Amino acid sequence: MGKRTKGKRIAIIGNGISGVTAARFIRKQSNHEIYIISKETDHFFSRTAIMYIYMGHMKYEHTKPYEDFFWEKNRINLIRGEVSRLDFEQKTIHFNKDFGVETSYPAPEKLSYDLLILATGSKTKYYNWPGQDLKGVNGLVSYQDLEYMEDQTKDIERGVVVGGGLIGVEMAEMMASRKIPVTFLVREPQFFGNTIPEEEAKMVSKHILDHGIDLRLNTEIAEIKGDKKGHCEAVITTGGERIPCQFAGITTGVTPNVDFLRDSGLEINRGILVDEYLRTNIEGVYAAGDCAELKKPPPGRKPIEPIWYTGRIMGMTVAASICAGPTKYKPGIWFNSAKFFDIEYQVYGHVPPTIPDELDSFYWQDQKTPRCFRLVFTKGEEQVTGMHGFGVRLRQEVCEKWIADGKTADDVMAGLGAAIFEAEFTKAIEIDMIKAYNRARDKNLKLRQKRGWRSALNLLTGKS
Amino acid sequence: MADRSLSIANPNPLFTGFWEKVALGIFAVVLLYILVLISGTDPLGPLSSFWAISIALTGATLLFTWQKYRKTTPGIKNDGVWFSGMMARGAIGWILGIFLTGFYVLLYWFPGSLGMGQGADGANIGLIAVFDPFSYWIKGQPASEWFMYGFFYSVAILLMGIKFLVKYRHSTYHQIRTWSVIFFQLAFAFTIPEILLSLNMPYNNFFNMWPLNYYFFFDWNINQMMEAGTLGIFMLGWGIALVLIISPLLTYFYGKRWYCSWVCGCGGLAETAGDPFRHLSDKSLKAWKIERWMVHLVLVFAVVMTALVFYSFFSGKASIWIFDSYQIRAWYGFLIGAAFSGVVGVGFYPIMGSRVWCRFGCPAAAILGIQQRYFSRFRITANGSQCISCGNCSTYCEMGIDVKWYAQRGQDVIRAACVGCGICASVCPRGVLRLENGPEIDQRASEQRVITVQGLKMDA
Repeated sequence: MGKRTKGKRIAIIGNGISGVTAARFIRKQSNHEIYIISKETDHFFSRTAIMYIYMGHMKYEHTKPYEDFFWEKNRINLIRGEVSRLDFEQKTIHFNKDFGVETSYPAPEKLSYDLLILATGSKTKYYNWPGQDLKGVNGLVSYQDLEYMEDQTKDIERGVVVGGGLIGVEMAEMMASRKIPVTFLVREPQFFGNTIPEEEAKMVSKHILDHGIDLRLNTEIAEIKGDKKGHCEAVITTGGERIPCQFAGITTGVTPNVDFLRDSGLEINRGILVDEYLRTNIEGVYAAGDCAELKKPPPGRKPIEPIWYTGRIMGMTVAASICAGPTKYKPGIWFNSAKFFDIEYQVYGHVPPTIPDELDSFYWQDQKTPRCFRLVFTKGEEQVTGMHGFGVRLRQEVCEKWIADGKTADDVMAGLGAAIFEAEFTKAIEIDMIKAYNRARDKNLKLRQKRGWRSALNLLTGKS
Repeated sequence: MADRSLSIANPNPLFTGFWEKVALGIFAVVLLYILVLISGTDPLGPLSSFWAISIALTGATLLFTWQKYRKTTPGIKNDGVWFSGMMARGAIGWILGIFLTGFYVLLYWFPGSLGMGQGADGANIGLIAVFDPFSYWIKGQPASEWFMYGFFYSVAILLMGIKFLVKYRHSTYHQIRTWSVIFFQLAFAFTIPEILLSLNMPYNNFFNMWPLNYYFFFDWNINQMMEAGTLGIFMLGWGIALVLIISPLLTYFYGKRWYCSWVCGCGGLAETAGDPFRHLSDKSLKAWKIERWMVHLVLVFAVVMTALVFYSFFSGKASIWIFDSYQIRAWYGFLIGAAFSGVVGVGFYPIMGSRVWCRFGCPAAAILGIQQRYFSRFRITANGSQCISCGNCSTYCEMGIDVKWYAQRGQDVIRAACVGCGICASVCPRGVLRLENGPEIDQRASEQRVITVQGLKMDA
């Protein structure tokens, strides 16, 4: 790798993390001519930071991972426009002439390419509820969604959020930050209960309530009622309750943003179908990120994983495939993160919502603050398969190594110091954790390592 | 995005409750009252004015803090920062900036206009006279403009420090370092020097390190210390040891933060009173380039000036080649000591952020920075590939470091400018950053910090 090949023209549709990562890594390894096309914004910005713009923590400029000069300096051409048609035969992208958005990077009439990367991301998933097209009913995935929410939530009396996932809790926090009363409808018995075990879900649900959110568990939306002007007026639950609101945030999941590609000859199921090299059915066309659906996902993984991290790994994989020959998508050990109001969440490996029979788990929760930790391991051998922390920062490399090396639960608990990523002087929770572990499992383990980089480094380099 | 109102005050200050407005109102009244005092009249008389100002400032800050945070859970409190007129360069921010800048101009160059020695027989009037009773109580002398300034400075660090402690009550790191800056300001920067004066000893802040304390090696200062007996000799020895031994050792083990965000008075003010403005620092690559030129040029200026001081001290000659030792001292004092560190350094808080002086001008920070960059165990480590490039770390870095540029590559942050305040790690929503004192810089194990793509060896 690292050899610079002579230039093909590579067009990337979508300027999110997948498309931009692909572009960056192609540039690092080649002299290909690169175009990034976006309908959404002139420049790449962090979609995961949308909430912070609304809450006034940052302005839009702050969410750009690279300064504006970066693109020209790295010979990455930007195009702001709407794709009207893809001609795979002629290898040409046609643009909508009437796009009508002011931009520094106007689109040409058409652009020919040698290789195409589709990284078009997600859009909000709706379930055909009556009234879902009313004004003031919207999801939150794009910059335009943010603008819409900003516009529609001015001086409103109540907002409703539908759907207990990661975007849902963000939307609840966003409106709460503007002192807008929020009712939060969650289908499951606890918030996020379809992803995390009950104890954790309960703790987070309580935290959401502590923030003054009107959290309604076991509650689903039936329809949205509008006023005479066609604006959202109330959300009706399946139980028949009417919740008056002027904005309804729909966060019941996302779905690949591929509508404009249907009937183009691409194989599409929910997303653009790709093989393990992220190739579509059309020669020279790749798909990466939220819009891609793996025909054969790696063991334990889903065909579509619409998260930042997998998007980035897919972008790197496509870049490697293009510059260094076919490269399989190997996302490695699952990890993810989120933040629920004040509680940070990190997961490494798999921590299922219900611990299956072949697995066992150890759970620790702090008495006073909303923090907890769970370790999941096999029965018998007690090999660790996953762990997560809420309000407990864990070092990714260490957790991954433990899982990859199949360390035992005892080993991991005694070595916790190397994984704790909490700020200096914070309470030594690992002492609490190992005490709880000893009590629960009738053991007498002692902590082997102090906290800190030195411990982690020793463990990672095999010195201890 | 949304249209912003053109009215001077935000007509719909969503994030400011009734009692917060009352507190800000009291604060504004105190500022107006100070303007009245500056005009030379004192409606209440010195002692009453002193107590009125002290109680009003304390009350307003505590009321504001209590009201702002009492109903919140422990955690990051940045809601509405960029909507605030005060914190996002709105009209109130500019008014405050102009007030502070004007105050510094009067303080440094026109102390008479503050009432210094303007009464009968050279007694104080106006603002300075307000501090006479307190000054007499401490050291039996009338107040000077520097006594008044030291009082306000210390009160700002104490009161805004308390606000900071409440704001970051979830973080032990911030609790400890904030108590540290409050302690060093109250004890070493304010009280001890004043007590020394009352004992007829040289004025000395034991932790105001050369070259931040640019006059430490001036002949008058050295003479003063030499003539002050054992304690004076100790001051001289301590000052030299601080620069040559103590600081290099501490910086090696803990980075420049031991000084810049734990001990130093400039840092103390920036971390407390300056905290609401930390996000206003410029993060661009261009600003970083300007920073490196400026701060190192100031360092050269300070070193050359001090070298000339020594030359004159030992040779008895005032000038060498075209350099006039005394003139250069005067210029340094005017340009760097007063205009840069004072007027720009604090006056521009609401416009350019809280660390303008520390970042672009402080020669001590420049020395510590070089050391931190090349001979220190301190770094901020990034947690694998958990970064989501949200930009909170960079936005809230008071030193203008584009932290996310490193974090999103899974790379450690080792930057000369970093004062180790730890806010980047606190505001990170995904637990990606940690301040660490690890092994040597070159043992960073960069090969282990490659972003996860199995089987792919790609430098992030």
